Amino acid sequence: MAGYEQYAADFETLKETASANGSTWLRDVRKDGLAAFERLGFPTKQRGNERWKYTNVAPIARATFAYPFDADADAVTKAALKEQVPWSDDWARLVFVDGRFSESLSTPRDVAGGLQLKSLGAALHSDGDLIREHLGELAPSAEDGFTAVNTAFLGDGALVHLPLDAANDAVVHLIWVTTERVEPIATYPRALIVAGRHSRLRLVESYVGTSGNFTDAVVEMVVDEGAEIEHYRYLAEDDAAFHIGTTRVRVGRDATFNSTSFARGAKIARNDLNVLLDEEGGSCFLNGLYMTSGRQHIDNHIDIDHAKPHTSSDQYFKGVVDGQSRAVFSGRVLVRKDAQKTYAKQSDKNLLLSRGARINTKPSLEIYADDVQCFHGATAGAVADDALFYMRSRGIDEETATTLLVYGFAREIIERVRLEPLRDHLDRLFSGTMAEGRSAAASPQGFTPERDQA
Amino acid sequence: MLEIRNLHVSIKNEEILKGMSLTVNVGEVHAIMGPNGSGKSTLANVIVGRPEYQVTKGTIHYDGRNLLDMKPDERAREGVFLAFQYPVELPGVRNRQFLKAALDAIHEHRGQDALSAREFDRLYKEKVAEVGIDPDLVKRSVNEGFSGGEKKRNEMLQLAILDPRLAVLDETDSGLDIDALKAVADGVNRRRSPDNAMILVTHYQRILTYVVPDVVHVLIDGAIVTSGGRELALELEERGYEWVKEQGLGAGV
Repeated sequence: MAGYEQYAADFETLKETASANGSTWLRDVRKDGLAAFERLGFPTKQRGNERWKYTNVAPIARATFAYPFDADADAVTKAALKEQVPWSDDWARLVFVDGRFSESLSTPRDVAGGLQLKSLGAALHSDGDLIREHLGELAPSAEDGFTAVNTAFLGDGALVHLPLDAANDAVVHLIWVTTERVEPIATYPRALIVAGRHSRLRLVESYVGTSGNFTDAVVEMVVDEGAEIEHYRYLAEDDAAFHIGTTRVRVGRDATFNSTSFARGAKIARNDLNVLLDEEGGSCFLNGLYMTSGRQHIDNHIDIDHAKPHTSSDQYFKGVVDGQSRAVFSGRVLVRKDAQKTYAKQSDKNLLLSRGARINTKPSLEIYADDVQCFHGATAGAVADDALFYMRSRGIDEETATTLLVYGFAREIIERVRLEPLRDHLDRLFSGTMAEGRSAAASPQGFTPERDQA
Repeated sequence: MLEIRNLHVSIKNEEILKGMSLTVNVGEVHAIMGPNGSGKSTLANVIVGRPEYQVTKGTIHYDGRNLLDMKPDERAREGVFLAFQYPVELPGVRNRQFLKAALDAIHEHRGQDALSAREFDRLYKEKVAEVGIDPDLVKRSVNEGFSGGEKKRNEMLQLAILDPRLAVLDETDSGLDIDALKAVADGVNRRRSPDNAMILVTHYQRILTYVVPDVVHVLIDGAIVTSGGRELALELEERGYEWVKEQGLGAGV
């Protein structure tokens, strides 16, 4: 059994379990999700489908992933987790192990400054109205198969809510970790993030795993009037894993969404981000750094919708592509007729480390307004021979020289990270001092990363 | 220390060095002068193993070992250094970090412990002051946004920190104002020691006002046509390279 039947059977089994039966509303949402999935399936058709043109998800559709009915929220220790994700003891966190909320790994839920940090299950009772208002609003099941099936299996998830005027200094870290299983599993991370008017929120999402599981994540974020979300997404899945991450953001009047994503790993990974600049004065800054090797495939697909005047968006992505891997940067910036005085910039730069590495980069602008400033550009190139020789002529071996150059290339994005523990984690990753071996840039001589002394 | 015998080198199948020989002993400073296209830079680059340069004939021995068998980074770790005519920019690679990595590699090769961050810091600051390079500049990425003169000073900084046994300076004096030129000359003079040797590849006699070489060689059309003391450089400055050719000292003689 594979495909829809498998998912439908798991859905039936899950229905029997008590925990998911908390609310009729949720039951209906989930049922609609399954119905939408039956209709849509996974987007395996690439031809004529701009959204999935460069990424073949047939391997996901063909494979069988078990639903982790027996997930053990304590299967991972805190020490093991700290090794895998950026970490600070000061950060508030919600941890999900194989999709299940882990009480013991998460921090107490009452966080200072009016911030609410809850598992969705618990929040349905206490914050039903907020959830009913927003869940599925930006990421409706009817949109695509991955969102639909995520919704069908909606269970444990996260609610992060910052009320009106709260500027919270706490950093919220949402961690989804999957464990090594006999049979690969599918998990469905789901989060709803609401930053109330004039509030400020800092948020990190991490997705990590050590085996060929399928992670189908959906995150919806609402940035209300005058609010700001500083967002980071960290993806470090196993080489054999599949990851589809759907992020939908609505930015309100004079609000800001500032996001930096880091991705490495996964056989197929998709970072699918849509930002709707819904009211005047809204802006988003989207940075990304991706690093692939072996036979990995990563797809950054970013759609920005400038719906109103005086909105701005700035995308800056960089990729390091090694081995036989392939990276895709695609998406669209849409400037609607009304959206005069829009500023939009889209840039993607790539460093190709091997002959077999491939990149498809396709920035695109679709402009219907006439008083706008829009730019886009993309580059792809190899490590410069003269740079390598220069370094070798100083005694640095070729591998270390390459690592230094790769780190030099990546640091521009790393330095945009304002959270020090995350920046340190990325520094270690890119300078080859992390005991990973998987990093294309692992170096025998090693070196010490250095910061600007600003 | 350096023994070059009957060296023939081609680049893109065009022969540039045509049977060049040169002996440099430890403790000596040699100047190699010659007109454009004579093969000066080819000589400098082939000593450090630039891959585009193909040695078709002849040998280079360094401390009795076959230098041509060694990879470029190995040569550097063995103490061979080239101050580049056109130093390369390394975007995002911090100057300090770059030099620390290089020095660590050299120390490791010699079986010495790497300097601690603090020790390196002290050395770095000391040499930055000595070379007279803007301390703010060297916090940036290697050579990125540096002027021509600043790049040359940065080569001198690298020379001072890595402290090689054999340093080749490829037209480090070209395009410098008088202050920068003196700084380069000071750097060379400070380094002079019975334990190392230097080769100054230069187009002009100018730098030899400040650095007195032990031997001056004239390279024309891929071979050394005459050698002498400092007075040879002065004579060249006055009479031009045509004079050497007219003396009937052309290649093959």
